[in-house]
Amino acid sequence: MAEKDYIQGATGAWEIVIGMEVHAQVASKSKLFSGADTTFGAEPNHQVSLVDAAMPGMLPVINGFCVEQAVRTGLGLKAQINLHSVFDRKNYFYADLPQGYQISQYLQPVVGKGELLLDMPDGSIRTIGITRLHLEQDAGKSLHDQSPRESFIDLNRSGVALMEIVSEPDMRNSEEAGLYLKKLRTIVRYLGTCDGNMDEGSMRADVNVSVRKPGGPLGTRCEIKNVNSVRFVQQAIEYEARRQIEILEDGGKIDQETRLFDTGKGVTRSMRSKEEAHDYRYFPDPDLLPLEFEQGWVDQIKATLPELPDEKKARFIEKLGLSPYDASVLVAEKESADFYEKVARGRDGKLAANWVITEYFGVLNKSGQSMEEFTITAEKLGGLIDLIADNTISNRLAKDVFALMVETGKDAATIVEEKGMKQVTDTGAIEKVIDEVMAANQDKVAEYRSGKDKLFGFFVGQTMKASGGKANPAAVNELLKKKLAG
Amino acid sequence: MSLDKAAVAKIAKLARLKMEPDRQEAMASELNRILSFVEELQAVNTDNVQPMTSVAPMKLRQREDAVTDGGKPEAVLKNAPQRQGDFYTVPKVIE
Amino acid sequence: MAAIDPGSLTIASALEGLAKKDFTSVELTQACIASMEAARPLNAMITETPEKALEMAKAADERRSKGGEVGLLDGVPLAIKDLFATQGVLTTAASHILDGFKPEYESTATANLWKQGAVMLGKLNLDEFAMGSSNETSYYGPVVNPWRAKDGTKLVPGGSSGGSAAAVAAGFALGATGTDTGGSIRQPASLCGITGIKPTYGRVSRWGIVAFASSLDQAGPMTRTVRDSALMLRAMAGFDPKDSTSVDRPVPDYVANLDGGVKGMRIGIPREYRMDGMDAEIVALWEQGKQWLRDAGAEIVDISLPHTHYALATYYIVAPAEASSNLARYDGVRYGLRVPGKDLNEMYENTRGAGFGREVQRRIMIGTYVLSAGYYDAYYTKAQKVRTLIKKDFEQAFQRVDAILTPTAPNAAFPIGMKNDDPVMMYLNDVFTVPTSLAGLPGMSVPAGLNSAGLPLGLQLIGKPFEEAQLLRVGQTLEKAANFTAKPTAWWRS
Repeated sequence: MAEKDYIQGATGAWEIVIGMEVHAQVASKSKLFSGADTTFGAEPNHQVSLVDAAMPGMLPVINGFCVEQAVRTGLGLKAQINLHSVFDRKNYFYADLPQGYQISQYLQPVVGKGELLLDMPDGSIRTIGITRLHLEQDAGKSLHDQSPRESFIDLNRSGVALMEIVSEPDMRNSEEAGLYLKKLRTIVRYLGTCDGNMDEGSMRADVNVSVRKPGGPLGTRCEIKNVNSVRFVQQAIEYEARRQIEILEDGGKIDQETRLFDTGKGVTRSMRSKEEAHDYRYFPDPDLLPLEFEQGWVDQIKATLPELPDEKKARFIEKLGLSPYDASVLVAEKESADFYEKVARGRDGKLAANWVITEYFGVLNKSGQSMEEFTITAEKLGGLIDLIADNTISNRLAKDVFALMVETGKDAATIVEEKGMKQVTDTGAIEKVIDEVMAANQDKVAEYRSGKDKLFGFFVGQTMKASGGKANPAAVNELLKKKLAG
Repeated sequence: MSLDKAAVAKIAKLARLKMEPDRQEAMASELNRILSFVEELQAVNTDNVQPMTSVAPMKLRQREDAVTDGGKPEAVLKNAPQRQGDFYTVPKVIE
Repeated sequence: MAAIDPGSLTIASALEGLAKKDFTSVELTQACIASMEAARPLNAMITETPEKALEMAKAADERRSKGGEVGLLDGVPLAIKDLFATQGVLTTAASHILDGFKPEYESTATANLWKQGAVMLGKLNLDEFAMGSSNETSYYGPVVNPWRAKDGTKLVPGGSSGGSAAAVAAGFALGATGTDTGGSIRQPASLCGITGIKPTYGRVSRWGIVAFASSLDQAGPMTRTVRDSALMLRAMAGFDPKDSTSVDRPVPDYVANLDGGVKGMRIGIPREYRMDGMDAEIVALWEQGKQWLRDAGAEIVDISLPHTHYALATYYIVAPAEASSNLARYDGVRYGLRVPGKDLNEMYENTRGAGFGREVQRRIMIGTYVLSAGYYDAYYTKAQKVRTLIKKDFEQAFQRVDAILTPTAPNAAFPIGMKNDDPVMMYLNDVFTVPTSLAGLPGMSVPAGLNSAGLPLGLQLIGKPFEEAQLLRVGQTLEKAANFTAKPTAWWRS
C-alpha cells in the first residue's frame, strides 16, 4: 500500500481498511416472494400483498426473474455461481419487518467469490475481491418525523428483491470506496439487473471501516448503515476513520457497532435502535426449498451477457487506440460508450474520443440535459468530425462550428456552408495571403532569416488570422517554411 | 446444558416475551426438563448424514415476474390495531 | 318429514339423502346447527356461523334444484378448525394474540371445500396455535371429549384438533378439517373414536393456514368413516402455486378403489413401536389389527424403524424452532392484540407476553434457544440430521411393505388437567404419530375398539408418499373388520 494512503495522526501513520456491503435492488416488476408492484413512489401501503404484510398463513413463492438477475450479476462479477443455494430466515424484530424475519441467504449464497476492477485515475488497475452475492428481501420503511409520539410504517418496499453484494476488506481510502461503488453501479447497469438509481434507494451501501497501524493486525470495525451516494460514502469514511484514530490515540478502544451517517452534519453516530447485541438465529426457511439449477442454464445466461465495461475498455484501448484514462471515462456509462462507438464508427477513434470527452461531455454537463434530450446526436457529432478529417475545417474552427451546432441545432455541414467557414487548402490562395503578411512584416522576415526561428509561430498566427481562420494549418506551415527560407 | 433464570431472561428478551421473575424461575425448570429430554439425540451417530432441508423430493418452483397482487391497502390495513391514514403506527422509534 | 339426526349420518349418506331429496341442505344444516348449539358444553366451537351456514346451504339447494352440476360435497355441513383463515370470519388459532382478526382471504384448503359446495358451520376450538395434545392450551378454554369416563369425569379430546374430533364424534358436524404437525389429526381422532388422515406433506396446500411448524404442518379431513375421509380429502387436496411446498400432481379419486381390499398387500409391523410399559389393551388391539388384516388376505411383515426412539426429541427441537420464527409476526402492529408500551420493544414484549399462552411461550422459548448462537449445531442441525435418518428408515421399510400398522396413541382419552404439570408427559402422547410427520408420510387413524373403560382407541396406518388411495383402502378394510359402531351418549344435551 502506498504511503500516500496513510492518514497522519499524532502518533504516526494509520491505514484505513474498508469493506462494503451494497444492496442493489433487482430491476424486477414484482417483489421477490410476492406479486406486488415494485414501482417507486406509490401511496403508502398500496403496493403490499398479504404476503408482504405477513398475514397469518401467507407463504413466499420465488420470482424466477430475480434469481436469473442474481446469476447474471454474479457472472458479471466473474464470480462462482452456486448451483445449490439455500434461503434462510434472519430473525429479528423491527417495526418495518412484518414477518419478524428477513428471508435471506446465509451459509449458502447463490453467488460466491468474484472480483471487481477499479480504474484508478493514473490509469492503473486495483482488484477488489467480491466475497459473495445473495438474494434477500428488503424491509419496509419507517417514517419517524410524521408525529411526535409515533413512527409510521409503509410496507411498499417490504419484500422487494435485493442483491446484497459483499466485498472483501480490500479498499484503503475513500477514493477507492467511491470508485468501487461507481464501478459496481456501472456493471449492474450494463447488465440491466439493477437500475442503479441511488436517489430512489435502488442502491445503498453499508460501509465497514476500521483503522490500523500500517501492516498491523486489523482493527475493530464499525458499520455505517445505508449510505446512499458516492459522495456520502466518501465523507462518511473520512469522518469515521478520523474519529477512530482520535479515540485510539487518546488510549481508547473502538466498540464494534452500527453507525448512521448524518448527511446534514457530515458525521457518523451510533444507532440507538441497533444497540442491543443481535442473535439472528439463521435457519433454512421451511416454507421454501433449496434453490437449484443446472450448469447448462448458467451457461445460457453467460452467453447472453453484454460486453462489460472492462472488456469494452480493453477493446477501446487495443482496437481504437485510446488511452486507458479516456477508455475508462467512456465506458463508465453504457450510454456514453454506445454514443462514442456510434461517433467513432468508420472514423478516427482517438479524434472521436477527444471530441466526445472534451467538447461533447463538457457542453452536455453544463446544459444539465440528458444524452437523449441533447440536440447533438452521434450522427451530428460524427458529421463534424468528418469535416475535420477531410480538411474541410480545422480542428480549431470545428470548436466554433460545434458551438453553433449546440446553439442552432443545425448540422455541421450546413453551418460551415452558411458561414463560409470552409478551410482554404488552395495553395495559391494561401500563398497570396503569406505574401501579403510577409510584405507587411518585412522587418520580422529579416529577423527570422537572420536566425530568430521563434518568429515562425508569429507568421503562422498572422497568416491564419488574415485567412479568417480558414486556411489549412498544415498547408500554411509548409508554405511558410518554404517562403521564409527565401 | 442447563438454563438458569438469567439465561431464561435473555431468551425471553430475544423472543420479545415479557416474563415476570417468578415465571422465569418456573420456565427455567420447564425448559431444562425439555432440554434434558432432547439430550438423547446426542447419542445418535450422524457422521456423514446430511441435515434435512426438504421432506418432499422436489425442486423450488419459480414464478413469473408479473404484478399480480397489491393495490388493496384496505385489505392490508383493515385489521391494524392502530393506524394513521394508510400507515400502520407504532410507538416512536429513535434510530 | 322426520327430524334429521345429523349424528346418525355420514358425509356419504348425507350426499345420498340430498341427491334423493330425502332432505334439503337447509334442513340438514338446521339440524346440525341445533345439535351444535346443544353441544356447547363441549366447548368445541370458537365461532358459530349459523347464518353463513344457512346461506351456503340455500345456495347448495338451489344448485341441486336447478339440476346442474353439483360439487363433491354439495350441501354437506362441515366445521373448520380455527387455524384456517376464513374470509370475513374471526380466525383466532385459539390465541388471545389474534383477538378480533378477520382475514381478508380464504385458505386454499377451505376454498377448495366451498368450491365443492360444502357448508361452513363455524370455527372449531383447538390448542393455541395447534400446540398441544389435549386441547387444553386454547385461550378459549379446553374442549371436552364427548366420551366421558364411567364416573362422569370429563376427558380431553386430544389435540391439537380437539374441537374437530369432538364435533364429529358428538355428531353435529358431518366432517371437520384438522391440521397435523406431529399427530394433531390422528391422536384426537383416536381419542374421540373417529377417522382422520394426515396426507403426504405437500398434498394439501398450507396457504392460508396459520403456520405452526412449516416443514411438518399438513391439513386433512376428520370424519366418521374412512369413506368420508376419502371424499373430503379429494375435495381439499390439490396443487396450489401459492405454496412452494405444494406438490404438482393430480388428485386421484380416493373413493374409486376404496373397497378393493388388501389381498396380497404386505403390512409392516415396526418392532420399535412396541415400547416398554405399554398399555396392555393397546398392545392387544394392535395384535387384533394384525389379525384383521391377515384375515383379509394381507401378509404381515415384521420390520424395523431403528431411529423411532429419537423421533420425539427430534420433533421437539424442529417444531419449536420453526414455530419460534413463524410466530414472530404476531407483534401487535398489523393485526390482533396490541398491549401498549413506552417504546416499540416494550409494546412487543407486552403484547406477546399477554397474547401467547404458557405452552406457546414455552415452545417459542425452546425454539429461540435451539436456534441461538452457539447451540444451533448441537440442537437444530443435529435434529435435522436425525430426521434424515428417520426418513431413511421409512424408505427402507417401504421397499418391503405397502403400509405400516401401529397404534395411534399410547393411551385413551385422559382427564382434563391430568398431564399439565409436566410438558414432557404431554409430549409423549405423540410418540407414535411424530415419526410419520417427520418423514412427511401419510398417516391415518381408524377407530378400532373400546378399552375396558369404554373409551375409544384407534390404530394408525402409515403409507408411502402420495399413496393415500392405497392407505385409505387398508383403512377401509380395517374399519370393516373392526366394525366400530359405538357412540358416546349425548350427556351434554341434558
